[in-house]
Order: sequence, then C-alpha cells, then structure tokens
Amino acid sequence: MLLEVEHINVYYGAIHAIKDVSFSVNEGEIVTLIGANGAGKSTTLDTIAGLLRSKTGDIRFNGQSVAHMPAHKVVAEGLALVPEGRRVFAQMTVEENLEMGAFTQAASTVEPNLKRVYEQFPRLEERKNQTAGTLSGGEQQMLAMGRALMSQPKLLMLDEPSMGLAPILVEQIFDIIRQLHEAGTTILLVEQNAQMALSVADRAYVLETGRVTLSGTGSELARSDEVRKAYLGG
Amino acid sequence: MEFLSYLISGISLGSVYAIIALGYTMVYGIAKMLNFAHGDVIMVGGYMSFVAMSALHLPGWVSVLAGMAVCTVLGIVIEALAYRPLRSAPSLAVLITAIGVSYLLQNSAQLIWGANPISYPPVVSGTLHLFGGQLSISYVSLVTVAACILIMLALTAFTSKTKMGKAMRACSEDKGAAQLMGINVNRTISLTFAIGSALAAVAGVLLCSSYPTLMPTTGSMPGIKAFTAAVFGGIGSIPGAFLGGLLLGIIESMAKAYLSTQLSNSIVFAVLIIVLLVRPAGLMGKYVPEKV
Repeated sequence: MLLEVEHINVYYGAIHAIKDVSFSVNEGEIVTLIGANGAGKSTTLDTIAGLLRSKTGDIRFNGQSVAHMPAHKVVAEGLALVPEGRRVFAQMTVEENLEMGAFTQAASTVEPNLKRVYEQFPRLEERKNQTAGTLSGGEQQMLAMGRALMSQPKLLMLDEPSMGLAPILVEQIFDIIRQLHEAGTTILLVEQNAQMALSVADRAYVLETGRVTLSGTGSELARSDEVRKAYLGG
Repeated sequence: MEFLSYLISGISLGSVYAIIALGYTMVYGIAKMLNFAHGDVIMVGGYMSFVAMSALHLPGWVSVLAGMAVCTVLGIVIEALAYRPLRSAPSLAVLITAIGVSYLLQNSAQLIWGANPISYPPVVSGTLHLFGGQLSISYVSLVTVAACILIMLALTAFTSKTKMGKAMRACSEDKGAAQLMGINVNRTISLTFAIGSALAAVAGVLLCSSYPTLMPTTGSMPGIKAFTAAVFGGIGSIPGAFLGGLLLGIIESMAKAYLSTQLSNSIVFAVLIIVLLVRPAGLMGKYVPEKV
C-alpha cells in the first residue's frame, strides 16, 4: 500500500472535523473521497499533506510515518497536494510557479520536468512569461497541477480540481487526470462533482460529517442507491 | 548651485532612508508585520562599527562588515525569540512586541554605552569640490548613493533570479502554498530578517558617517522616517522602498533649505498623509482586494 491513513481525528479548536477516518491508496490507483460540503474532505487532504495535525492514529506513506512531518518535508517524500482554489502564486510568472513546484528537487531535474509539464499542458508553455494571476480559472488549475507534478510525486492529491470551472473545462481536467493515471501516477482525488469523480475512480470512500460511511469500487458506489440519492441527484 | 547642493544632500539622505526602508518592506512583505525595532538595529550597527574602529582599531570597511555580522545575528535572534512564537497571534500583539523589542535595544545600548552622544569617526571622509569650489560634495554622500544603488540592484537580482529569492516571493504571496512546494517558511522569514538587519547595519554606518553623533536613540527617527518611506512607496514593494526613500530624503532636504528647519519633519509626514489619501496603497503598491 502506498498510503495508509489509520484512525485520524482532526480538530479545529473545539470542532471535531475528522472522526476516526481510515482509508488506503494502492500504487497506481485513483481513489476518490466524495461527500457534501463540510464533510471533511479537504481537511483530510490537508492533514495528509502536513498542514494540519491529527490528534490520534497514523499516516504512513511508502511504509514511513508522515503524521508528524512538517508540510515542507512531506513534499520531498513524494506526496504533492494541489490545494483547493488552486492557490497559484499570482504575481509570479507561470514558469516561476513551476520552478517553485520543483523546490525540493535537484536542479538537474528542472529542465526535463518543465519539458514534460509543457508537453502535458501546451497552454502553459504559450503563457510561461505571463504572471499566473492573468490566467483563466482553467489555466490556473492546469498550472496548479503542473506545479505539483514538478516535484515528481509518487502520490498526487487533487482537492476539488473542477471547482468553479465551466463544464467543458471540467471534462478537460478529468481527461488530464485519466492521462496522468495511465502514465502511472497514483491519485487521491477529492471532489464535490461525485459523478465525474466516480467515473474515473478505481475505488471511492464517502465522507459524511467527518466519518467514512461507505466505501467500494467507483462503479459500485455509482450504482449504490444511497450515493445516487445523496450525491448524484437521484 | 545652491539648489543642486541641497538636491544632492537630499538624495544622499534619501539613500539612507531607502536602505532602511528595504528592511521594513521585505519583512512586511513576508511576515506581514511592522518590525518597529528595525530602527534600533541601525543604532546597534552604528555602535558595533564604532567599537570595531575605536576600541579594536580595525579599518573602516572591516568595521562595516563587523556591524553587519552582529546585526544579522541580532535580526535572526529577535525574529526567533520575539516574533516566531507569535506567528498566529493577532497583529496587535506582534506590533506591541516589536515596540517592546525596540525599547529593549535602546535601553541595553544605554546600559552599555551610556545616554550621552558620542562622536562617530566617519568611515569615509573628505569632500569633492566642483566648479571651482562652488559645489562641494562629501565623499560619504557619494558612497551612500552608490551603496544604495548597489544594494537595490543586488536585491532585485536576488529576488528575481535565485531559488531562495523566488521562494521568498512565494512565501510573501501565500505561505500555505509555499509550504506545499517544500519551502521552509520559518527559514525563509529568518533569512529575510537577516538580510534586512545587515542592511540596517550598513545604513547605520552611513548615517553616522554623515551626521557624526551616535546615541541609543539615534535609530528611532530615521527608522520612523524610513517606515514612512516604505509606506509612501508602497509597503511590500522593493522598488517602492527605493523610490519612497529617495523622495522622502529630497523633500526633507528641500523643506529644510527653503521652508523651515523646525517644520521639516512635519512637512515630510504631511506629504505622506496626502499621498496616502490619494493613493492608499502607496506610489508603487498594488491594491490587492481581499478574497472572500
């Protein structure tokens, strides 16, 4: 198993946001966490990335515990998070943003990885000298994903990559997720767009108010009555 | 010719303000705090170079380096002990702490060197006479302006070309996202304090060489004015600090020459108020709306 999350409990002050959540991701899989707004999906990813701390349990990546590692060290282990809302560095150029993604990597990897990212996202190469703040929402999402790929992650975590995007761009982003998966990247995907997420996922977990309430393969959950009623509109 | 001489002394004074303002603006840009102890680091730089020259008999340029080394360490220590524990505290708590650190430095200097002004041996002396003696420019002024331009160019190159410089800009935009890139935010903030404090030491030496008295409160007025310069130019912006510092120095020098020596400070601050009324983000500052 590439990632094992075991019995984590996360609090925001007095609010118990994540209640005894456990799940795992195998190498080469796309696993998705779905659930309503406020179910704790982003909190879970932020905790794995080291931005938040769990009071209990453990998070193991590649057999090693990352539960107490500061966020800036987690990246170097091969775990990259594309945060909710993209959070590109708006006043820096597209290429500088990508260079920041490679911060933990040896200088010699930057050129070949830049080339790979530009092949994957030709639009970014066209705009490499523009500041990231001038990009459209879809382009910013591509930049945020490209930036994370610059660290050559073993596991790519995507937090709401389709948020705020037009339907045609949502399709594009999910095409890219499929391509990355085919190229061998392991992906942990958090989405409110449950239909799209379940269509690409090998396995899925449903989060409800901080707890895992259901799990199964993507197609199992897409057929399940409970999921259809709650998240797929009947 | 008189005008030219006032202009040159204004540019020289403004260069000192600009060097100090760079420290304010870089620290604000990354830590989002006003380090009101910054002015007193100037004073420490002055005393340290004084000790190096008069007690240890080191040459001028070595004492500048000694002052820079001590202030660099001082900046890192102040940040680690006083400000880092308050990283997620309300900004008012940080501001009051900064004022506390400022008094701590002033009073420590008073304990060590006493409250009386001492006369500072200029690091650079001599005067350049031009136009048959009609225009005199001290070498200190020339060195000050040259140092300011050099520092400005070096900092611009650092923030736009080097990995650590870019990381600094990334941290000042979004600390969370910077951490996700693998950037150690605490170390980057520490580096910013180190650079700002080393520059404060340079400013201290240049200031004391132009106005050769030194006492524990020497840094406060230039510190406040450099802070004004940083806000004037647009706080957080490096070229803004440069422009704000120069303009402030020129305005002060002109006000002293043509309006009133006593009122020169009031005029400087009045200009700040007017600029902020017209352009709240400062001359080169960008108004960035808060995202909700």
